[in-house]
Amino acid sequence: MSDKLLIKNGIIVTSNKTIYNQSILIEDKKIIQMDTGIEDDEAVVIDATDCYIVPGLIDLHCNIQDPGFDYKETMLTVGQSAINGGFTTLTINPNTVPRIDNKAIVEYIISKAKNECPVQVVPYGNLTRNGEGKVMSEIGEMQLAGIAAVSDGDHAIQDTDLMRNLCNYCSMFDIPVIAHCENRLISNGNEINEGAISTYLGIQGAPITAETIHLARNILLANEFGTKLHITHVSTAQSVEMIRQFKKQGFKLTCETSPQYFTLNEEAAMGYNTLVKVNPPLRTAADVEAIIKGLRDGIIDTISSDHCPDTIDSKEVEYTLASFGISSLETAFSLSYTYLVEQGHLNMEQLIDKMSHKPAQILTLNKGTIQVGSTADLTIFNPNEDYYIDASKFKSKARYSPYDGLVIKGRVKYTLVNGKLYRTDG
Amino acid sequence: MSFYKKHFLDLKTLTEAEINYVINSAQKMKYILLSKSASQPLYLKGKTVATLFDEESSRSKLSYELAALNLGAKVIHLHTDKHFKKGESLKDIGRYIDQIGADFIVIRHEVSGSPHHLSKYVKASIINAGDGMNENPSQSLIDLMTIQDQKKNFKDLKVVIIGDVMHNRVAKSNIWALKKLGSQVAVVAPPTLLPYGIESTGVEIHTSVADAIIDADVIMTLRMSDKNEYNRLIPSINEYKKLYKLDVQRLSYAKEDAIVMHPGPINRGIEISSEVIDGESSLISKQQVNGVAIRMALFHLLNKKGGGHNIVG
Repeated sequence: MSDKLLIKNGIIVTSNKTIYNQSILIEDKKIIQMDTGIEDDEAVVIDATDCYIVPGLIDLHCNIQDPGFDYKETMLTVGQSAINGGFTTLTINPNTVPRIDNKAIVEYIISKAKNECPVQVVPYGNLTRNGEGKVMSEIGEMQLAGIAAVSDGDHAIQDTDLMRNLCNYCSMFDIPVIAHCENRLISNGNEINEGAISTYLGIQGAPITAETIHLARNILLANEFGTKLHITHVSTAQSVEMIRQFKKQGFKLTCETSPQYFTLNEEAAMGYNTLVKVNPPLRTAADVEAIIKGLRDGIIDTISSDHCPDTIDSKEVEYTLASFGISSLETAFSLSYTYLVEQGHLNMEQLIDKMSHKPAQILTLNKGTIQVGSTADLTIFNPNEDYYIDASKFKSKARYSPYDGLVIKGRVKYTLVNGKLYRTDG
Repeated sequence: MSFYKKHFLDLKTLTEAEINYVINSAQKMKYILLSKSASQPLYLKGKTVATLFDEESSRSKLSYELAALNLGAKVIHLHTDKHFKKGESLKDIGRYIDQIGADFIVIRHEVSGSPHHLSKYVKASIINAGDGMNENPSQSLIDLMTIQDQKKNFKDLKVVIIGDVMHNRVAKSNIWALKKLGSQVAVVAPPTLLPYGIESTGVEIHTSVADAIIDADVIMTLRMSDKNEYNRLIPSINEYKKLYKLDVQRLSYAKEDAIVMHPGPINRGIEISSEVIDGESSLISKQQVNGVAIRMALFHLLNKKGGGHNIVG
């Protein structure tokens, strides 16, 4: 059997072009030919008629949970989950045990991922030792060992003096500081948006200013030293507006949001629905609109999965005791396609820009495009096929979802990771 | 009209008719109680009521217990603090109580929504005896019954609630219910002690007691809890007293026949002056029989639907 692979008659979409009726020939993990009507008797043939062929998706925000919490997810299951959802490159939030806060752990994570995970995993390093927000970790050492960004995950650094020093220090590296924005003095645990629903349910809410105060702080501090800054999971209209103004004034920053912030609003928490408990919390319908507008206007640069698997037991408890997060690798792309492209907010090129090309740029990875000579990381999906989300069939260990049962479009049919073909639709 | 529910979780999801039905049913129970007749109706004979309380509360537990005993039920207690400390989940505790055959679970828990959560996993009927900052619906019904006793109906009454609405779950239940019943409700407190967006329930918001209280028919003062949680919300209890304590002078702006209520326990001299507590407008500590009557009515009405193990789901 030949190791050649021929993908026939698809529509190639990258961040800046769409080419119809294209075939791609892959040999030895690389794309060796792109043209109309390629024939090759030796190659395994995939019929991609009516399907889009896009660069493999790259996730800037993913809680892999392994090492440390392998009962929630493992390198293997997260990889299978990624493939099912069309992602070929993941990043690992450093909220593992041990935390990724020194070069030995970075090396361990890279080798563990290589051995156990079917997709590529790019590690993030902790900004501070043990992610405690107190003492800087050895960021330079970790960068040499291969981290692509620094972040303390969902632990926003509360000490502004330390954050300023970190921005100053990180300005000498070409890796972004990834910041979750939450002022914990006022966020009340960030469990639910402060608003009509929190009052209705009798739970103390997180005001939007818990996000936007830190957002402004982080942008100003990064700008002071020219540090590369990436804001993770933007959730409020005010955040979008502030980023718009900052960008207009020439501040350098990028930001991302995740599907829950443009598909669900705070009302989804009615009945103490723990499945939609996420950090930051779901906001109002007006915020959802503003997030979509931000995506459309290019103010929000990327869409990440914000995959955060946990056990079902951690969700079947009282709301304030429940874990945060959604198991979302397997739904992120289809939801984005259904809610953004189908609804006419983005075109396909813009969606691919936000889910593959821009993420690669932000992490300075040589990915996110389709061209002859590049590694065959590809996602093939059928834009016309309806399917319903069945969380019980997830490859992730966290087989629950607030979207369970929802009918959506944009089913991923095949994922190619480094030239290796996976069929994903059954 | 009837009351056909399996659980009693809150007032915000009940209709006006349902609330009235429970209160009217409690009036009948009260009549039976006060007549001290030897032949009380043993509606709950053969049934078991489990109380599941995680906060110290002797008074309302006592009233639930007496209500259950009056109707002929067996009553068992579980102090949940120990179980939670051991890491046992509410779901498992609930299932255990279910397994040993309880028909009703009366739960008080510090987490908002815990009775709703528990109700998903048990066959027994759940009665919410107070959850976090959310609601204490039966305590509110007691207030409503007292108002009905005094004012006959709720339409067009002006009810003023003074104090820490943010942390007080009885106040929240009262707001939900009184708005459904057609009363005009005003809350008065420092803005830091009001929950976000409370005006969306249709209440008027005031910061001055004197303004709020004009022409009031009913005045409810709320307990300032003795926890230290006020440190960051108001400058001092002293200032709170100065601005919000209900005293005779402030009370004088209300209607002449206005009544004063307080869900207790009272901090004399903080949210309300002794003079008012012991004055003739005050109904504080005078309507406790309503507490037992309301809880008897609840047990009886939930039992009609099946009361625990007789039905599934």
